[in-house]
Amino acid sequence: MTIVVLNRRNLLAAGGAVLATGVSGLLLPARAEGLAATASMSGGANNYRKGAPVVDRIGKGGFWMSGTVRRAGDGAPLAGQRVQIWAHTTEGQEHEPQSHGATLTDKNGAFRLEMPQIIPIFGQPHGHLAYDSGEFKTVFLRPVMRSAKETSLEAHFVLQPA
Amino acid sequence: MRLARVALIWAALATAVCVPIAAAAASPLLAWRGPVYILAGFAGIIALGLMLLQPLLIAGYVPGLPAYRGRRAHQWIGGTLVVAVVIHVGGLWITSPPDMIDALTFTSPTPFSPFGVIAMWAIFAVALLAVLRRRLGLRPRTWRIAHMLLAIVIVAGSVVHGMLIEGTMETVSKAALCALVLAAAMKVMVDLRVWRKRAALRG
Repeated sequence: MTIVVLNRRNLLAAGGAVLATGVSGLLLPARAEGLAATASMSGGANNYRKGAPVVDRIGKGGFWMSGTVRRAGDGAPLAGQRVQIWAHTTEGQEHEPQSHGATLTDKNGAFRLEMPQIIPIFGQPHGHLAYDSGEFKTVFLRPVMRSAKETSLEAHFVLQPA
Repeated sequence: MRLARVALIWAALATAVCVPIAAAAASPLLAWRGPVYILAGFAGIIALGLMLLQPLLIAGYVPGLPAYRGRRAHQWIGGTLVVAVVIHVGGLWITSPPDMIDALTFTSPTPFSPFGVIAMWAIFAVALLAVLRRRLGLRPRTWRIAHMLLAIVIVAGSVVHGMLIEGTMETVSKAALCALVLAAAMKVMVDLRVWRKRAALRG
């Protein structure tokens, strides 16, 4: 990334990364107190397949999907959470099984999964992510890439108890 | 001299419609799309191209097709537009049913979808009115004004729809075609003075 763009998504992403390190959680307890849960995005659940397997990589890789999972309210990072990822890529359409995979968050609540390059489908280059393990309320996200040329995409979850 | 002008106009029209189609046919995205999705996309692109011809035909501006023959061609192309839109929507439905359902119910996250869906309904409405207008006893002026209002919705909706989509169409040729579609529709509406009591003479 060569251009730094200040928008809500970036600020949220940067904020999420900082919080995920667990450092600022100590610095900003009062502000983190009211952290609102992420709402599902419209169209986020499209072509969802239940129970995609946890994989080291989807297909041949080359593209990185990353993000964080935190708890609503105090913003604490959630470790070991299963995040499901799918998209229309160079190796398959959105609904096809080989386009789906899942990964787990690390102790900082961060996840990162390599997958094939996402390409525009239905007019926008976008990915899909789901938290659907039941402990917290299910959330479906549908982040859009700023350019189809990008080789990574981020999405962040703030979950509330089911 | 006249022949040269006729040839030039036909060449310009053919270029305006065919270059965007050819550019889209060269899109690298096609490699990762199934045949139904590709067909659906091109039905949309062709429909946009035909939309450029519609006002020019009805105004009798296409050389070799004077107003009475232009009107016949306009009607046939109108029917073709309906078919193209049905293929576009049907093909996208087969490709990804949930995305198409979101679009048709105006719940899609993509900003271009409602413009396309509204234009689709306007195309269906104008075709239905054209078929039924005698049976309904629509007065010519009522029909002209209804058609013009729907045409404004169709043209504006389709152009916004197309411009916001990141798909197989190449950006410059797409923008040029959209600008021509807008310009042709506006010019003909002004020239024909559709809102007058009697339509302006065509030819």
